[in-house]
Amino acid sequence: MTMNVSMTVNGKAVAAEVEPRTLLVQYLREHLGLTGTHVGCDTSQCGACVVHVDGASVKACTMLAAQAEGATVVTIEGLANGDALHPMQEAFRDNHGLQCGFCTPGMVMSAVDIATRHPNPSEQTVREQLEGNICRCTGYHNIVKAVQAGAKAMGG
Amino acid sequence: MYNFNYHRATSRDDAKAKQGGAEDGSYLAGGMTLLPTMKQRLASPSDLIDLAGVSDLAGVRRDGDAVVVGAMTTHAAVAASADVAQAIPALADLANHIGDPQVRNRGTIGGSIANADPAADYPAAIVGLGATVLTDSREIAGDDFFTGMFETALNDGELVTEVSFPVPEAACYMKFPNPASRYAIVGVMVARTADGVRVAVTGAGPSVFRSAEMEQALSGNFSPDALDGISVPAGDLNADIHAGSDYRAHLVGVMAKRAVAGCG
Repeated sequence: MTMNVSMTVNGKAVAAEVEPRTLLVQYLREHLGLTGTHVGCDTSQCGACVVHVDGASVKACTMLAAQAEGATVVTIEGLANGDALHPMQEAFRDNHGLQCGFCTPGMVMSAVDIATRHPNPSEQTVREQLEGNICRCTGYHNIVKAVQAGAKAMGG
Repeated sequence: MYNFNYHRATSRDDAKAKQGGAEDGSYLAGGMTLLPTMKQRLASPSDLIDLAGVSDLAGVRRDGDAVVVGAMTTHAAVAASADVAQAIPALADLANHIGDPQVRNRGTIGGSIANADPAADYPAAIVGLGATVLTDSREIAGDDFFTGMFETALNDGELVTEVSFPVPEAACYMKFPNPASRYAIVGVMVARTADGVRVAVTGAGPSVFRSAEMEQALSGNFSPDALDGISVPAGDLNADIHAGSDYRAHLVGVMAKRAVAGCG
């Protein structure tokens, strides 16, 4: 059995026939070719798959594509404006908030969500709010700096 | 995960009918436990009935001396609710420390309690605050709702619709979280209510439980010192790689004292 799903992804209306068990992250990567959203642990712990669904950050590995029916989805590919990076992406680059980069798309998506809810977050707030994103390279130090700088640049 | 049939319910009656018509149908709330369980093939329902479209299942309202939380209300929404923050700040605090922000944006109170994970936070609130669980057919006292590890009083196909929390005089929830998952290794809700003191413990045993001895001691003297020398029997508690049963028993005492102190 397959079913039709339709949603808006990065401003574009998309639709496809999928199996009900298709995860949102599979749909984004395999059907739409948006491979910026990563699959890390596939157990909703690491946060490499974080995207925004109707404005809220979620783990796309633990949501069915069917559950996003009619929703507005933003992935890491939807942040930049043409060649101009999003302020949070720019902040990650400026602060070297990455090493291998695998967790970075999820980190940036969570960071944008944090900045929206906490316009000028303290270091402690950032660390608490990044609970759902795991990085195995950096020790988080520069990521936290990047999130604070990005939040400021976003107008906090 | 194995494949299944997906249905989006439009109303409570529609959800019930779809669940009843399925061979082995399961309601889908936020999916924060059900979907990982299905990925591991520990569950393989024939049909999922998504409750997200049943709009009257979500939301928080003040109803006299109670705060009523709809079953599909997310943890994030409970944490952000002005009604909850004003009437039962301990409940807002509990919701705000479940999992991580992404889990809180999807996970729901109804899904959490229907799943009845022994380390989940909400059972401590249901039992500790003396809440009532409302379903499509009846009211279940919080004390009677959790019957064992991943076991509840719910009948097959019974749908949780709301949870009604009576507003306590004071309450505080303290947990010692697993540093990775943020599930409670031990969590204790202490509440001072019109009907007496309640102490509910989650994470420590196979299911949430109350400590009559602690409640009695606190009834006479509501202070952390009143709990000196009181312990729960370690033999009944969980033991795993994160904490042995003796350690959990010790943590129950520590968390209970902190919760009493937190009641102010």
